[in-house]
Amino acid sequence: MTDQVLGVRDGGAGASIIDIKGEVTARSEDALMGAFLEANESRPHSILLNFTDLEYMNSSGIGLLVTLLVRTKRQRQQLFAYGLTDHYRQIFELTRLDEAVGIHDTEGDALAAAGAS
Amino acid sequence: MTTDDESRTTPEVEVVEVEASSGEVVEEIKTARDAANWAQLTGALTVGEVPAEARNINVTGRRQTGPMQGFGKMWQKTYRVSLGAAVTPNEVISEWKAKFPNFWPEGNRFYGPLTGIAPGDVALLNLTMPGRLKLSTGVLVLYADEESFTFMTPEGHMFAAFITFSAFEDKHGGTSAQAQVLLRANDPLFEIGLAAGGHRQEDKFWIHTLEALAAHFGVTPDVDTQVVCVDKKRQWRNAGNIRYNSAIRSSIYMMGTPFRALRRSSR
Repeated sequence: MTDQVLGVRDGGAGASIIDIKGEVTARSEDALMGAFLEANESRPHSILLNFTDLEYMNSSGIGLLVTLLVRTKRQRQQLFAYGLTDHYRQIFELTRLDEAVGIHDTEGDALAAAGAS
Repeated sequence: MTTDDESRTTPEVEVVEVEASSGEVVEEIKTARDAANWAQLTGALTVGEVPAEARNINVTGRRQTGPMQGFGKMWQKTYRVSLGAAVTPNEVISEWKAKFPNFWPEGNRFYGPLTGIAPGDVALLNLTMPGRLKLSTGVLVLYADEESFTFMTPEGHMFAAFITFSAFEDKHGGTSAQAQVLLRANDPLFEIGLAAGGHRQEDKFWIHTLEALAAHFGVTPDVDTQVVCVDKKRQWRNAGNIRYNSAIRSSIYMMGTPFRALRRSSR
């Protein structure tokens, strides 16, 4: 999905939110990294990934999230995720991404965790 | 060969609430489109039946690892070869899965299921290393679909890695095959090994694999390699991974071989 458009918005309290839409595969790299750059314009201390509208993600998509995680660590930011279905929560556990990314049910929970970190 | 603990499975269905025409809220079962493509969640890896010559000393009971659990610098290595227009991406992946060990360099063995490569499979690897060391390790098939498949490595493997094999239509309208490794050395010893020739060995391994794949499809291979250091920082909190180091454990196992043979013959 080369024309994928990801929403970026200010979550307040030093957090930026990236709204993931559709598919996350190897073809999403430009869109995801572009959204990450846009999210960083306000120099947030936390990045939140909203997976509510995620339709599909394959292993290349997980690889992209690992790369994104490294970029947030490099900038001393925290990475959070919310809105994952049970299926994708278990994929995060399977790939052990859950050990490095804070996972929450709702945007409010994720923002609260970001504010507390 | 499958992962253990079938009771903890990745849910294949999700129940969602929808409003029916009568206004009544009913439950609808929605199947996750990719559920069958992922391995099932498991506590520890288990290897099924394998040939007698396959060594399983570093896989059973270990957990799978990705780059987040490794120690060394993080690298993304991409090896790509053009296969022309005579073959489709699906045909390439189907053949690659079915004959995966055939494309490996000589002296390295992949003991997987006879049926090919499927999500959740655990395969044993017996690899020839410098100093005549036979390193015993393995991989978990994390993901597999018609156009790609991905391995995760167990604790103690040289790398904490995702290794993705894929085929796709390239910009020339033909098909390209690719192996992409996202890795960190698992512990300080393997990190030293990578710097002291390990990277070169790794590159040779995958270039050979793609050359053999291309030759299988009757194409003269020209493998393109791209190496990117994604993270220069080492994760010192994971230095203790060395307790599972498969090279150390394989060396100790090899040193014990004469004693085991002696014990068997004296029975």
